[in-house]
Amino acid sequence: MKLLIRVKAIVATVVLLIFLAPYVFAAQQESPRTGGELVFAVGGTPPSYDGHRETTFAMLHPIAPHYSTLLRFDPQNYPKLVGDIAESWTISKDALTYTFKIRKGIQFHDGGVLTANDVKATYDKIIFPPEGVVSARQATYRVVDKVETPDAQTVVFRLKHPSASFLANLASPWNFIYKADILAKDPRWYEKNIMGTGPFTYVEYVAGSHWVGKKNPNYFMKGRPYLDGYKAVIIRDTAPRVAAVRSGQALIEFRGFNPAARDDIVKTAGNQVAVQESPWVCNLTVTINNEKKPFDDVRVRRALTLAIDRWGASKALSQISVMKYVGGLLRPGSEFAIPESELVKLAGFGKNIEASRKEARRLLKEAGVPEGFSFTLKNRNVREPYEVTGVYVIDQWRQVGLNVNHIQQEEGAYFNDFRQGNYDAGIDFSCDFMDDPDLQLFKFVSSDKSPVNYARYNDSVLDDLYDKQSRATDPKERLKLLRQFEKRVIDEKAYQFPPTLWWQRIVPHWTKVKGWKITPSHYVNQDLRDVWLAE
Amino acid sequence: MRQYILKRLLLMIPTLFGVAVLIFLLLRVLPGDIVELKYAGAGVYAPKEALARERAQLGLDQPIWKQFITWIVGIPRLDFGTSMWTGQPITHEIAIRLELSIELALMATFVAVLISIPLGALAAVKQDTWVDYCVRVFSIAGLSIPSFWLGIVIILTFIIYFRWLPPLTFTSFWVDPKANLMQLIWPALAVGYRYSAVATRMTRSAMLEVLREDYIRTARAKGLWERAVVIRHALKNALLPVITVIGLEFAFLVGGLVVTEQVFNLNGIGKLFVEAISQRDYTMVQSLVLLTSFVFIFVNFLVDLINAWLDPRIRYQ
Repeated sequence: MKLLIRVKAIVATVVLLIFLAPYVFAAQQESPRTGGELVFAVGGTPPSYDGHRETTFAMLHPIAPHYSTLLRFDPQNYPKLVGDIAESWTISKDALTYTFKIRKGIQFHDGGVLTANDVKATYDKIIFPPEGVVSARQATYRVVDKVETPDAQTVVFRLKHPSASFLANLASPWNFIYKADILAKDPRWYEKNIMGTGPFTYVEYVAGSHWVGKKNPNYFMKGRPYLDGYKAVIIRDTAPRVAAVRSGQALIEFRGFNPAARDDIVKTAGNQVAVQESPWVCNLTVTINNEKKPFDDVRVRRALTLAIDRWGASKALSQISVMKYVGGLLRPGSEFAIPESELVKLAGFGKNIEASRKEARRLLKEAGVPEGFSFTLKNRNVREPYEVTGVYVIDQWRQVGLNVNHIQQEEGAYFNDFRQGNYDAGIDFSCDFMDDPDLQLFKFVSSDKSPVNYARYNDSVLDDLYDKQSRATDPKERLKLLRQFEKRVIDEKAYQFPPTLWWQRIVPHWTKVKGWKITPSHYVNQDLRDVWLAE
Repeated sequence: MRQYILKRLLLMIPTLFGVAVLIFLLLRVLPGDIVELKYAGAGVYAPKEALARERAQLGLDQPIWKQFITWIVGIPRLDFGTSMWTGQPITHEIAIRLELSIELALMATFVAVLISIPLGALAAVKQDTWVDYCVRVFSIAGLSIPSFWLGIVIILTFIIYFRWLPPLTFTSFWVDPKANLMQLIWPALAVGYRYSAVATRMTRSAMLEVLREDYIRTARAKGLWERAVVIRHALKNALLPVITVIGLEFAFLVGGLVVTEQVFNLNGIGKLFVEAISQRDYTMVQSLVLLTSFVFIFVNFLVDLINAWLDPRIRYQ
């Protein structure tokens, strides 16, 4: 009897082991492995190497692994903030003083030790750039009065007034921490050189071809990075970039592809490829030149936005492009987004498109716009998602009796015409590194305050709402102000028609790439410190 | 002859100066501003003062004549200035890409010559036979198929059937010949095929013309081998227009392989050209136009000298 029980126990154990083996094996496989070189594609060339002055992901993707930032977004729990070189931080009760403790023992790639002075020198360069230095994000930090360093491990930011977005802005992936000594000698040194505290050190850059980095053995986070190095291959055009990922020569392209490219890659590589998708903090806006007749008439602008079926666009365009989510001025799904129940009440967002178009026709007639009225829609000559969106919008306007000519321009002429006001309607874009009302709404404040508001209107009510929401430290109060702002831009005044749709970020990558998680922005989580290769 | 060579070399100076003036002015007429493009990145609201500061750094706040003089005085010293987009010296940016572009142009020329001269000569000798028809179909197909399309077909074939792509980055022939050839042979074939089609048709028609000349009939009448007649007497004389075509095509390839370089992701002069134009990188575009103009003028000059060497009747004064 005992023997039988023993045999049964052994058999049961064996069966259990056989059953559990794949899971145990998989768990073992999932533990990070060190070594290997990650080859990834980048769709552009870095202009300079200085994150403080550049605005393109083409600089960020190859260069971010060399640097640390004060804070960062936790990629596993976006938009949660975690310290990068900051160990901890406190905010004063009046929300005017932010104090950061810097981790000890962080070394620059040349062996120098990072102190609070380096953080101060970095932020002084960004906020108060010296003569001859360009800081692209200077305006974002206008709220900062001064940066202080009471001791070698403490940095204090003193603000002029409370700012709801300030802390998150310190996680900006562009704000590489530079070395104070170097900046003191030459504030433009970083435009052509690399010296950071990030997980990878600089090896070489062949202009227009590739960028190489190797593991920083003295990185402050023990055990990281996992990779021995990385190589960012510059492939400007989409087709060869897709081909590079399809063939496995590049294992990933971090910005993302459209659905057709995703399907091509998956079809070729099968289960060797995984696809990560996420809503994207990017959208396209139909901008109207409010100075031109008849677009200076709010009835005409309301008619134009009412004519666009955004819910239909979402179904149709998401099949062929990254255009996907219907939302207000702030990304649907984000903590600031307008609920759908409120959104559908705004002009152009109702689900009964026939009723909206009927109203659009009525408004056009009332404003004296004749049937077949012609105007132009200026757009970038970029197929996806610009061209498809332009074509869709024109078709929508055709259905209320408007005759619109689509003019696609190369980038130089496009921006020139937008800045000069040489257009009737146009497709404008917006893409940010985080969900933040200060960033996303700035496009809609008065033209004389916002250089990126091409719609050419001034509205002190909007400006006031913008300032109030920016300073609101109570989240509920801020949301209330945001809804008022949104209603005025989209519905009451219909200055611009934002957004046509919000984008979907699609990143197919080889399954051997582990430890990277997609976020709603292609600017964040690019230091590669958690990335490893399974083979 | 020496006087002629000297005169041609000296004539290059005013020609290139004219090109420099023209391209400098044309670029300033184009709408768009490099500074606006640099700071047009999404999510960035660079203040006007920052843009003004950048313009001053690039010298764009100076009068146009002053900008032109600043640029042109460096050229005799081969100092083309710095790229307005990257801030790197232009000679460095061009040097990185020139090896690839010249090697690709040479390889494509080699492919073209290897195909076109035998096929063109054969088609002429076998005029109106199936051989001639085949060569004509082959060459017309080469003219009709754009090289970038052929490049896409090559790439898709590799990916779909072999899950393979040529290397993504350039390795110099002197460092690793195998890696170098693995990358460049495919675009060289794609470009060389179209190039060979032009040269094949030129060789065929030139040969046909020469084969009807009296001296060819005389050579045959005196009992010379047909091979000697075709190669030594006919082909050598028929090559004059073919060399002109090959020379001009070669000069074009050095800076003109824009789409092929994009399809194969080659870091060459053509791709740099397109990027520089779209970025309104004035100094870079000016320098590239000057470089390609120089290549055209110089190759044209070389072709004239080769023609004189091939045909003793040609004597330049």
